[in-house]
Amino acid sequence: MRKEFRDSINTALHNPNLTGALGRFSEAYRISREKAYEGIDFEAVRTQIADRKGYAASHLDELADRFTQQIEARGAKVFRTDDPAKVREYILNLAQQNGVKTVVKSKSMASEEIHLNKHLEKAGIEVRETDLGEWIVQLAGQTPSHMVMPAIHMTKEEVDDVFSDKVEQGQAADIPKLVKFARGKLRTKFLCAEMGITGANIAVAETGTLVVITNEGNARLVTTLPRIHVAIVGIEKLVSEFADVVPILTALPRSATAQLLTSYVTMISGPVPNTDGTPKQLHVILMDNRRTEMSHDPKFKQALQCVRCASCLNVCPVFRLVGGHVFGKIYTGGIGTILTAWFDALRSSDEIQSLCIQCGNCTQFCPGKIDIPGLILELRRRIAVEKGQPLAQKAIFKVVNNRRLFHSMLRTASLAQKPLAKDGFIRHLPFFLSDMTEFRSLPAIADEPLRDKFAKIEQPKCTEKAAFYSGCLIDFAYPEMGESVIKILNKAGIEVIFPEGQTCCGAPARFSGAYEVAAQNAKDNIDAMLSEDVQYVVSACPTCTVALKHDFIANFESLGQTESLPRARELAAKVTDFSSLVKKLVDEGRLTFKEGRQLGKVTYHDSCHLKRTLNVSEQPRELLTKAGYEISEMYEADMCCGMGGSYSLKLPEISAPILERKLKNIKDTGAPLVAMDCPGCVMQIRGGLDKDGAEIKVEHTAQRLAEELE
Amino acid sequence: MLSTYLLETRNCLMQAIFDQFKLRAEAVSAEVHRFSSNTSALQFIVRYLQDAGVADSPDCYAVWADCPFLRTVDKKQVAALVPGLTFEVTREKAAAAKVGISQLDWAMANTGSLIQDAAPIERRLVSTLPNIHIAIVETNRLLPDMPAVFSKIRPEQTNYISFITGPSRTADIERVLTIGVHGPEKLIIVFVDDMAGVN
Repeated sequence: MRKEFRDSINTALHNPNLTGALGRFSEAYRISREKAYEGIDFEAVRTQIADRKGYAASHLDELADRFTQQIEARGAKVFRTDDPAKVREYILNLAQQNGVKTVVKSKSMASEEIHLNKHLEKAGIEVRETDLGEWIVQLAGQTPSHMVMPAIHMTKEEVDDVFSDKVEQGQAADIPKLVKFARGKLRTKFLCAEMGITGANIAVAETGTLVVITNEGNARLVTTLPRIHVAIVGIEKLVSEFADVVPILTALPRSATAQLLTSYVTMISGPVPNTDGTPKQLHVILMDNRRTEMSHDPKFKQALQCVRCASCLNVCPVFRLVGGHVFGKIYTGGIGTILTAWFDALRSSDEIQSLCIQCGNCTQFCPGKIDIPGLILELRRRIAVEKGQPLAQKAIFKVVNNRRLFHSMLRTASLAQKPLAKDGFIRHLPFFLSDMTEFRSLPAIADEPLRDKFAKIEQPKCTEKAAFYSGCLIDFAYPEMGESVIKILNKAGIEVIFPEGQTCCGAPARFSGAYEVAAQNAKDNIDAMLSEDVQYVVSACPTCTVALKHDFIANFESLGQTESLPRARELAAKVTDFSSLVKKLVDEGRLTFKEGRQLGKVTYHDSCHLKRTLNVSEQPRELLTKAGYEISEMYEADMCCGMGGSYSLKLPEISAPILERKLKNIKDTGAPLVAMDCPGCVMQIRGGLDKDGAEIKVEHTAQRLAEELE
Repeated sequence: MLSTYLLETRNCLMQAIFDQFKLRAEAVSAEVHRFSSNTSALQFIVRYLQDAGVADSPDCYAVWADCPFLRTVDKKQVAALVPGLTFEVTREKAAAAKVGISQLDWAMANTGSLIQDAAPIERRLVSTLPNIHIAIVETNRLLPDMPAVFSKIRPEQTNYISFITGPSRTADIERVLTIGVHGPEKLIIVFVDDMAGVN
């Protein structure tokens, strides 16, 4: 990671206007979005959008032809090109041929993608952004910090300064007055401009219609007053039928700004008369810029389903801290990272892709049903292939691929840490490692790992058997969690075995894009876990569970190692997370809770992979309630705790404030206990509360339940 | 007997759709009025223009785009009541007008939106440039939702269709909602139940 990138992150994190505005917005957004979707079946609408836009992405050529035919039949001119330079050239020629001195623009991301303004201005043409936020950013010489709200990072005082400096002295930091001022100043531009440039939110092939969605009324003026209208349209905006507009128009305003509909929706299907009665010149530019290539990529084709609502930015725990500027490009946030890799260059996404903590929150909100974290992981993999892994990382993974060496190093670490560890915590680390313990304590590595303890655990002999997959954290830091799981399963008449050959699940390698390393981990684990005939393979770590159940298969598939797939699938079928298995055993009457226990309040933290990949969130709550706890829900219970595996080591400056929010939400419930199903979350949250000094117990659900079952 | 029943059912249904429209439109800061006849609607509009300070001087004009509603209106008489009101809509007049008036084709209840074939330039000038837009719509043009509206509009037959939902707005500075940016800051919706002699 370059120093400049780290610096830009730190600048953003230390800008209270930015983090304050984005933080408050992300909180308000979830509530107002939910209200806007009242009475609407979001899943049904987004399935329709994904279906219609997915269809369009497979028929781009055909739809572009049909669109062109339709709109040209009514007198518009369509220019289709793959090359951004040709788009700039076309518009400049058009402007020069028609004596254009002033251009007014309503918001168009496609025009920003190709840096159109700079090109026209260099030729002496005045270009005015007219969307208020875009105009402010243009005047200030900045780039948008958010796709929908470009100037969200600025206070009214800063806007006042920009207006006073760049337009007219003596403005006031009063929002209605600033808006009125902008109206007045831009009105004269609308009236004198000879050319208007817009983007389009949708382009309908069937009818040759452009759909433009705005709130300020600027697009209506841009398409009405100047005698030339140029619409720059990325070809992914094409849909087949006019009826396809309905689901997009249902979701886009609700997801983008929590509105039932924006103030204006304009549908243009051909030239309209100018104010002097002559017909307007209408030019539609269908811009490709690698979109067709993207549609041929089996992984990235789905990114063309994006409707540019920016909800993936609004619900991202990282974006709300750093905002858009750290992305350094036009498209920001999760989807922006993916679009930048294509429209700019793969290597442009090298640093920004590392911002994704892989919590998956955005996948619940995306109206295009795009697996944004999955695609970012794929970028990471391709970058790792293109650049090769960093040397240090390579060395680490070499160790991780050698189980005996890896485990003996962990044992050595348990001895080496002795002087640093106190009552189970490491609170300070020396040298460059100190970042890791700056905002939370780390768990001391256990004196005796679970794999050594296991043989000494007395178990009843049963015919029904489960293999326990501990994962590194439970094995070496929290063996007591594993002991709780064994105790519970024994009570249900299930004997637990611990396959010795199990090793790291490969998630750290996978999340770093090192798929070969992860695949080797997968093979070792499949051999180990299938070595004995068992009914279940159970894990108490959701990240490991996801690896065993989904990622081993995905890994082999992306590496083309099809020969490993049958065994991976055989394993996946047996894998279950802890809470789902226990809930099943309770439902079957094989486990019963002690009668009449009143255990007081507990709050539950949803771990990312458990909630969003395994779809498990009610099971642990139900079990804790049955045990006698009263669940006191925390705010944003399913928001990431900032751990994200090695993320908290790579980007501790981002991990720390995410954790801080989580700790506040936990403390606000007043519960003396917080439960969760993931040892990684326990490590992060327990470490944070230890540093914080709060008297709140942090435990894995298994530890709580083990005591409360008959 | 049956026809009375059907008529009443229809009226009840229309009332429910109208109530939903009003609720939604007011939620986005539009004003909603309903009149039984042209005459009462016209009285309201004239009074509104007078109260809004429409006058025969720049920035105070009112511009009224040609529409079916005007077919039963004696324009000369109305213009005499409101100095500064013109039915000849030009770019210059509209840019210097305080109020613009037009008739819209459809109303969509579940979002409080109005829909118009806006290809004729004067329809756009009166609804984009002035501070206040008075939008006339026939009550029986109320439709429940977007699929219903999409079954009526024909993009292949008109080059410019506008959906208008409340006055223009922005939240671009500090996310504070501000009404009235480049478009109108007031949207006054006037429903007319019986537009006599028009259709």
